[in-house]
Amino acid sequence: MKISKSPWILHYDGSSCNGCDIEVLASTTPRYDLERFGIINTGDPKHADVFLITGGVNYQNRDVVQQLYSQMPDPKVVVAVGICACDGGVFKDCYNIIGGVDKVIPVDVYVPGCAARPESIIDGVVKALAILDKKRERMAQGLVPDEKVWTNTIVRPGSQEKQED
Amino acid sequence: MAVNNNAKKISVVPFGPQHPVLPEPIHLDLVLKDEKVVYALPSIGFVHRGLEKLVEKRDYEQFVLIAERTCGICSFGHGMGYVEAIEKIMNLDIPPRAKFLRTMWAELARMHNHLMWLGLQADAFGFESLFMECWRLREKVLDMLELTTGGRVIFSVNKVGGLRKDVTPEMLEQILKTLDGLEKECRVVTDTFLGDPDVLSRMKGVGVLTPGRAEELGCCGPFLRASGVKRDCRQLGYEAYGELKFEPIVSYDGDCYARCLVRIEELYQSMDLVRQCIAKMPGGDIAVKVTGNPNGEYMVRIEQPRGEALYYVKANGTRYLTRYRNRTPTYANIPGLIETIKGAELADVAMMILTIDPCISCTER
Repeated sequence: MKISKSPWILHYDGSSCNGCDIEVLASTTPRYDLERFGIINTGDPKHADVFLITGGVNYQNRDVVQQLYSQMPDPKVVVAVGICACDGGVFKDCYNIIGGVDKVIPVDVYVPGCAARPESIIDGVVKALAILDKKRERMAQGLVPDEKVWTNTIVRPGSQEKQED
Repeated sequence: MAVNNNAKKISVVPFGPQHPVLPEPIHLDLVLKDEKVVYALPSIGFVHRGLEKLVEKRDYEQFVLIAERTCGICSFGHGMGYVEAIEKIMNLDIPPRAKFLRTMWAELARMHNHLMWLGLQADAFGFESLFMECWRLREKVLDMLELTTGGRVIFSVNKVGGLRKDVTPEMLEQILKTLDGLEKECRVVTDTFLGDPDVLSRMKGVGVLTPGRAEELGCCGPFLRASGVKRDCRQLGYEAYGELKFEPIVSYDGDCYARCLVRIEELYQSMDLVRQCIAKMPGGDIAVKVTGNPNGEYMVRIEQPRGEALYYVKANGTRYLTRYRNRTPTYANIPGLIETIKGAELADVAMMILTIDPCISCTER
């Protein structure tokens, strides 16, 4: 496929065991070399186009994840890396795990695996780039980048937070 | 109007949880007087999953997989520490081949951890090509692990009573061949760390921790040994370490350079230990049959790549354990880190955090 731009990625550990994070970093290093596509791992959310997030997200991390997501400029895509980011994985039953990134922010591409291998992470990023192009086109037509409307419904058990409609 | 140049301004700078040098989230509030850090207040909890509580939902055999996923880097050690505790409770006599294979994998895991750390350290002081080089070499260690266990970062080869997988003589031969090539390539990289004037200027004399303070604060692992305290849990002789020849590596300066030196020497020591394991590798079974349920309690100490880890297991005679407790090296090293950060310059903080080799997902579990 054709890659039209050089998208930069932002990586954040959303309460994962670290295995996937290390594979995300490994996919930018010489053997797998995500950087040959012009894809650079940046530390600044305002520079990033692709959000690579690992782990099942706990309650303390939720605000950080949402904040990072909201700081990224449109159009943006989110790639959930690893089975924990997809639905909680082995930690699904833990008391502190919300269970998947899509409970907190909208996700475009799911990369399963425990830990996700660099090949599949790169595949996920390349798929995300196609979605990024689509979102860019929608924005050029004056539409909102996302086709579906996403709502956040997670409330911490026993907390006083009100569900927003 | 005259400007008072001597006025010191106090400011608080938040560091993390998302930061370019940190692969994992940790938050520090740094209190600065101009550029010097006078106080650092850590706050953790971004990776807390509560996996110790899962012992109530997973039986003691399934829990090996959860214990291993405490951390994706020290994964082999966590699995090994947990099964060792259960085996001690159940009085299982593990075949010697399983012990030697566990030791070999633990040392390979130490190699990949130390190469990873060297890379991240290089990244922290802005030496991008050195980072890439270290991670390129790390891939060769991962190849050896993948060849023998099937996994790159999570291996799942341990089970209560032994191992799930055996290795063939061809695999061991391949490991020996890879090690020879790897050692030569590693020398080039580590010589840069130990001899390059730019690298030395960033690390020499930065973040000194005295042996006395390191002991008092309860530090462990390479962080402690770099401060001149000779303590290595592998000397307890668990698994096959009792039958291997090695000496703990110690450095006396206590600065960032000393920590780097200790880890580099340990990298070569691990290569030597893997060779010793393969030379002495006994034949026979890799697992014993497990019957019944554990009843009792036991605490295991093992030396993880980052330092001493404790595994406490309390069983009650059913398939489900009462308690599993894991104290990991980074948790013990955080007080030492706070001590070294005080008085440092803000620009050095990121690098100093890395010198304890922080593993947040271990710490918070």
